[in-house]
Amino acid sequence: MRILTNLMLAAGLAIASLSVASGANAAAPQPELAPAPQTELAPAPGAVEEAAESAADAAPAFEYAAPTEGIGMPSGGLGIQPQVSEVGEQARWFHDALLMPIITIISLFVLALLLWIVVRFNRRRNPTASKTTHNTTLEVVWTLVPVLILVFIAVPSIGLLQAQYNLPEGETVTVKITGNQWNWTYEYPDHGDILLVSNMLEEEGEQGEGARFRTDADGPRLLAADERMVIPAGVNVRFLVTASDVLHSFAVPAFWTKIDAVPGRLNEGWTRVDREGVYFGQCSELCGARHGYMPIAVEVVSPEQFERWVISQGGSMPGSEDASSDAAEEDNTEAVEDAAETAAADSAAAAS
Amino acid sequence: MTDTTATPAHFDAAGHDEAHHDADHKPGFFVRWFMSTNHKDIGTLYLIFAIVAGIIGGAISGMMRMELAEPGIQYLEAWTGETGNAALHFWNVMITAHGLIMVFFMVMPAMIGGFGNWFVPLMIGAPDMAFPRMNNISFWLLVPAFLLLMGSTQVMGTTGLGGGTGWTVYAPLSTQPGGPATDMAILSLHLAGASSILGAVNFITTIFNMRAPGMTLHKMPLFVWSVLVTAFLLLLSLPVLAAAITMLLTDRNFGTVFFDAAGGGDPLLYQHLFWFFGHPEVYIMILPGFGMVSQIVATFSKKPVFGYLGMAYAMVAIGVVGFVVWAHHMFTVGLSLNMKLYFTAATMVIAVPTGIKIFSWIATMWGGSVSFKTPMMWALGFIFMFTIGGVTGVVLANGGFDNYVHDTYYVVAHFHYVLSLGAVFGIFAGWYYWFGKMFGKMYNEFLGHLHFWVFFVGVNILFFPMHFLGLDGMPRRYPDYADSQAYWNEIASYGYVIMGVGMLIFFVNMAWSLVAGKKAADNYWGEGATTLEWTLSSPPPYHQFNKLPKID
Repeated sequence: MRILTNLMLAAGLAIASLSVASGANAAAPQPELAPAPQTELAPAPGAVEEAAESAADAAPAFEYAAPTEGIGMPSGGLGIQPQVSEVGEQARWFHDALLMPIITIISLFVLALLLWIVVRFNRRRNPTASKTTHNTTLEVVWTLVPVLILVFIAVPSIGLLQAQYNLPEGETVTVKITGNQWNWTYEYPDHGDILLVSNMLEEEGEQGEGARFRTDADGPRLLAADERMVIPAGVNVRFLVTASDVLHSFAVPAFWTKIDAVPGRLNEGWTRVDREGVYFGQCSELCGARHGYMPIAVEVVSPEQFERWVISQGGSMPGSEDASSDAAEEDNTEAVEDAAETAAADSAAAAS
Repeated sequence: MTDTTATPAHFDAAGHDEAHHDADHKPGFFVRWFMSTNHKDIGTLYLIFAIVAGIIGGAISGMMRMELAEPGIQYLEAWTGETGNAALHFWNVMITAHGLIMVFFMVMPAMIGGFGNWFVPLMIGAPDMAFPRMNNISFWLLVPAFLLLMGSTQVMGTTGLGGGTGWTVYAPLSTQPGGPATDMAILSLHLAGASSILGAVNFITTIFNMRAPGMTLHKMPLFVWSVLVTAFLLLLSLPVLAAAITMLLTDRNFGTVFFDAAGGGDPLLYQHLFWFFGHPEVYIMILPGFGMVSQIVATFSKKPVFGYLGMAYAMVAIGVVGFVVWAHHMFTVGLSLNMKLYFTAATMVIAVPTGIKIFSWIATMWGGSVSFKTPMMWALGFIFMFTIGGVTGVVLANGGFDNYVHDTYYVVAHFHYVLSLGAVFGIFAGWYYWFGKMFGKMYNEFLGHLHFWVFFVGVNILFFPMHFLGLDGMPRRYPDYADSQAYWNEIASYGYVIMGVGMLIFFVNMAWSLVAGKKAADNYWGEGATTLEWTLSSPPPYHQFNKLPKID
C-alpha cells in the first residue's frame, strides 16, 4: 500500500513538472490513471540515437526501431496512453488532473445523497413525509454551482482547443495521409517523390503470397504495419489528411491526434514529438469490412536519421543546412531537459 | 385551453352503432388487436413489439460480446459460413442492426408508443388519443419497418449479406455500390420515421386539446410533459433525417451526388443532417424516462415532485438546447476552431438543466417516507447511472479532449450508461410501476428485486470497463483488438452473461405474474400515487373517462 502511495506521488511529481499549469492540481491525479510507464519515457532516445549514429558511420542505411512496450500502443491499463507531445500532455493533464477529479466527486456526491436517503428517509425511520416542494435558494444554488463548475472546466478546455489548432512557428515537415480501403498511403510533398503504402502485417502463416509476416520487432498484432510513417523528433509535423474512397480517420493516441479522412477534403492537423520511438494507431471511422485491419504505425527518429531515411526512400531534403542544424540543437536541449525530468521521477520512484 | 372539444357526447357520437355499449365491451380478437384504435391496446401492442425487438437486439449484442470475449476472430466465419471480408462484413451488419433495433424498435416504441399511449390519455383524463386511427397506423408502420430491417440482413450489401454502415449510415460508405441491403434499411427508417411523426402529431394534439377540465399545462404530470417535449423533438428532427436518407437513397439509385465529393457534393453534409436529427434523438430516448422517474420518485417518497416547474422547464430547455449541439458528434471531421469552441460550450450548457433534474429528484426523496419497491429501485438506479453517463458526457463535450476518445469505447461506455443503464432502467421502472395497472395482476416483488440487482451488477460489469478500453485507445466497431486489451474485454463479456441472467429472471417473473400474480387493486401504491390513472380500476375499463374528471 505504502509503495503504491509513493508510486502515485512520484507519478504526480512527474506530471507536475511536465504540465504547463499549476502543480497544485496536478499533485492529485486519479490513482488508477497515473500511468506508470511515464517513467520509462526517456531512457530510450539516447540509446536509439547512439545506436543510430554509430550505424550511420558504418553505413548510411536506415532500419526501423523496435517499439517500446507500453508506449505508443494500448497497454490494457485504466487510463490514457502516455503522451509524447506537449499538446497531448496538456490534454492528459486536463483529463487526469481536472476532469476526472471533478466528475468523480460529483458522482460520489450524488451516490452519497442517494445512500443517505436510503438510510435516513426510508419508510421505517421516517414514517411521515414532509410536504416541502419548493426552496428557491436551493434551486438557485443547484443551477448556479454547475454553471460555475462548467466555466471552471471551460477555461482550460478553450486553451487546449486553441493549442491544438495553433501550429507553432518553425521548421515544419508535411506529410500527406490518404485513407484507402484498407490501407494508408503517406506522401512527403516537400521531400521529393516519397510515397508509401502502409498495410497491416499479417500473422505468420496468414500472410499473403510473398509478403512478410509480423514479428515482435514490428509491433503488436493488429497494430504492426509493413511501412511506417517516419517523422523527425522535435520538429513540427503537419498532417494533411484525406481519403480516396470512404471515410477513415487517422488516429495516433500517443500524439493526441485524430483527424477524419474525408474524400474531397484536406483536413489539417499537427503534432510535435520529442521522444524518438514507434507509435501505433488504428483507423477510427467505420470504413467497411476491414476497418479493424488498417493500423497506423509512426516512427519518430532524430532529424539526422530522418534525413537518412528520406534519402533511402529516394527523396530529398528541402531547405538550407543552417535550418536543420538549428533544429537539431533545439532538439538536443529538449532531450537533455527531458532526461533530467525523468531522472528525477526515476529516483523518486526508486526511493519508495 | 380548448377543453370543450373533449366532451363525452363527442366520443359517444363516434361510436355510432355501438353507442349503447358497456364501457368494458371489447371487440373480437382480430378486430381488437389488428384493427385497434384503443390507446391502451395500441400501447400494449407497442410494448410487445418492443420486447420482441429488444430480445433480437439483445441477442445480437450477445453475439458481439461472444466474439469480443477473446482476441482474434472466433465465430464470425462459423456464423456466416463465409471467410475473409464477407465474414468480417457480418460484424458491421451486427453493429448496424443492434444500433438501429435498440434505438428505433426497442427504446422508442417502449417509451413513447408503449407507456406514452397507455398513460398520457389516462393521466390527462382523456378518453383516448386525439386521432385513434392514426394511432393504429403509427403502430402498424413499425411492423413492416422492422421486417424491412430484418430482411436487409438477408440480401446483399457490399462485401457480404446485409448493410454494414453503422446506425449512422454515413456516406460515402453507405453509397458504395452493392446489393439492396442499405436501400432496405433506409426504407425501414423512412417507415419508422413516418410512424414516429404521426405518433408525435397525435400526442401533441391530444395533450394540447384533450386535457380534463381544470388540468392546465402547469398541472400536468411530468410524464405528460416529457412526452410533449419528446413529441416536439420528434416532429422537428425526424423530417431532417427523412430528407438526409432520401438524398442517400437517390445518391445510391438515381445518380445524384448530394454526398459525393467527386460530383460536387459533400460527405460532411450528410453528417450535419444526420446529427441534426441524431442529437435530439438521444433526448427523445431519455426524456420519457425522466418523466417516468419523476412520477415514480414522487409516488414512493409520498411527496409531490420537488420544484415541479423547474423540472418541466428543464425538460423544455434540454429539448431546445438539444437542437443546437449536434456537431459535437463531429469533432474530428475538420471543424474550424470557432465551431469547436461553440459546440463545446453549447454542449456543456445541457449539463445545467440535467443537473437541475438530478437534484430535484433527490430533493423529492429528501424528507420523504421512501419505500423501496421494485420500480423505485430502478428509478434510483436510473438516477445514479444516468449521473455517471452524464458526467462522462461533460468530459466528452470538451472538443479538445474528445479528439482522443472520439470513436473509441469511451464513447460506447458513455452512451450505454445513458441508454442501456439510463433509458432501459427507465423502461423497467415504468414497466414495474404500471404493470399491475396495465394487466391487472401484480408482479412478484422478490423476483423484481432480484432482476434489478442481477441486471444492475451485470450492466455495470459489462459497460464500466469500456471506459478503460476507450482511454486505452480501443476504437469502436472493431471485431478484434490488441492482445493487451483482452482482460477488460473478457470482463465485459462476463458482464453480458450476468445481465442475460437478469433478463431471464425478468421473463420468469412476467410469465409467473401474468398467470398467477395477485389481483392488482385500483391504487396499489397508496397515497403517494396521485395521478389520474390511479383513480381507475386495474386494468382500466376499455373506455375510460366517459364522464371527464374535474381537476381543482
